Amino acid sequence: MSFDDDVRDLYQEVILDHGRKPRHGNRLAAYDVTAKGDNPMCGDRVEVFVKLGDDGKIAETGFEARGCAISVASADLMAETVQGRGKADTRALFETFRELVRTGTCPEHDRGLDESLERLAPLAGVHEYPSRVKCATLPWHALVAALDGTKEASSE
Amino acid sequence: MNVDKIRQDFPILSQTIRGKKFVFLDSAASAQKPRAVIDAMREAMETQYANVHRGLHWMSERTTDAYESARDAVAALMNAPDRDEIVFVRNSTEAINLVAHSFGRTMLKPGQAVLISGMEHHSNIVPWQMLRDAHGTELRVAPITDSGELDMAAFEALLADGRVGLVAITHMSNVLGTVTPAERIVRLAHAHGAKVLFDGSQAIVHRAIDVQALGCDFYAWTGHKLYGPTGIGVLWARRELLEAMPPFLGGGEMISSVTYEKSTWARVPHKFEAGTPAILEGIGLKAAIDYVRAIGYDAMAEHEASLTEHALARLARIDGVRILGQAQDRGGVVAFSLDKAHAHDVATLLDRQGIAVRAGHHCAEPLMHRFGLDSTARASFGIYTTHEEIDSLAESLIRVREFFT
Repeated sequence: MSFDDDVRDLYQEVILDHGRKPRHGNRLAAYDVTAKGDNPMCGDRVEVFVKLGDDGKIAETGFEARGCAISVASADLMAETVQGRGKADTRALFETFRELVRTGTCPEHDRGLDESLERLAPLAGVHEYPSRVKCATLPWHALVAALDGTKEASSE
Repeated sequence: MNVDKIRQDFPILSQTIRGKKFVFLDSAASAQKPRAVIDAMREAMETQYANVHRGLHWMSERTTDAYESARDAVAALMNAPDRDEIVFVRNSTEAINLVAHSFGRTMLKPGQAVLISGMEHHSNIVPWQMLRDAHGTELRVAPITDSGELDMAAFEALLADGRVGLVAITHMSNVLGTVTPAERIVRLAHAHGAKVLFDGSQAIVHRAIDVQALGCDFYAWTGHKLYGPTGIGVLWARRELLEAMPPFLGGGEMISSVTYEKSTWARVPHKFEAGTPAILEGIGLKAAIDYVRAIGYDAMAEHEASLTEHALARLARIDGVRILGQAQDRGGVVAFSLDKAHAHDVATLLDRQGIAVRAGHHCAEPLMHRFGLDSTARASFGIYTTHEEIDSLAESLIRVREFFT
């Protein structure tokens, strides 16, 4: 098996691309809520900024991250898929996503999440790397903390 | 030193990982165990095991002898003048906490300072912060240079006011590989009235330690990095200090007599060894020490110096690799970052090739920040490491970088 074949299950092109050039990797000029996420085990840090619409739903998400390709790509795909979602809806997507990255599948999920999960699916390979699951979930912990009004989240 | 023969002593090394040769470059975190250690512990359980120091029966007496012979082996290894100066603890962390608690709270006065360096493991930072917060001592940090060596002028300046009661410093950095100038540190510290503790967790693996030649007051290390089992470490301290220090933990084994009104303490070192000790681990540690001494520190150091030189040369040739620390006197750990990839991604990709390295802050966050980094990858070597394994690391790193470019 070649070097590339060994790692492509985790490092798919989508992840490398979003890890290298995140579309949402910036502090928003104006935002309503924010929180920091910290993985004390490895030192990864992410800070998310959320602008809410008049309806209370997420209008835009930006982030600043110091971390690996997995955490940056996960933050970027998260920012994409939570747009237009309310708090409960975001949490539901996170729970399903967490199952996906822990087990590689989420058979019982709400069909309404299909489109978002398809977008997040490249991260499913993380389940083969237990020590890296937290890299993928860290930005989500921070996002949920921001929506809940807590300032800091930990992936521990 | 015949590395091929040594490798045969370590059963784990013959494994393959996902069909690839297992290349273990994480010995500084914990070393693999030779058959001699595995057998000694198994045999003890199969043939001579009971609790120690108390049973008036044959099995307990035999176990006590085996366990106490580990103390003799440690004393000889460190050239300690007195076997009773060897206190068994769980690990270096516990040894340092013992000193912080028993020495720090009674023999340091509020307002006195503990001086550490800018390249300490968290285990030699946090206990002194806790002492500071509980007892009112000051915590001073001697800076390191860009090459990763102790800034001796700054170190001396921090001692100048005579308020430092203890210098607690690594003998070898677990990140930079830097070996600190121990004799000079002791001379300066003693001249300014400070005692000296060395965290020898890494150094004990890489060179012969002679506490009498070093002239220090405390020396802490852990068994599992010296090819021994986990759960057993060593604190050596001068007898007069151990006599003067109060116990750390209370309980069985550490008392002379107990009434509800008052207890008296057992003689040193047992005063500091509350509870049933790590009996099997002590026996395993003795086997590890015997194994290491049979190979000899000179041979180990020579092998390691050759590996380190080879690794530094190979890694330096790879574009985008930055090596932390260029100390003149260094041991076999090499921490590095790669421009195109985060350390965790590097470690995961190497792991897929069967190569185990550590990635992260290596329990030395302030040191990482000193170099403007959050994490690095680290390759560290043991007596079983080969030059070919370092070549595999270098070749894989080139491909990792290509992959992320």
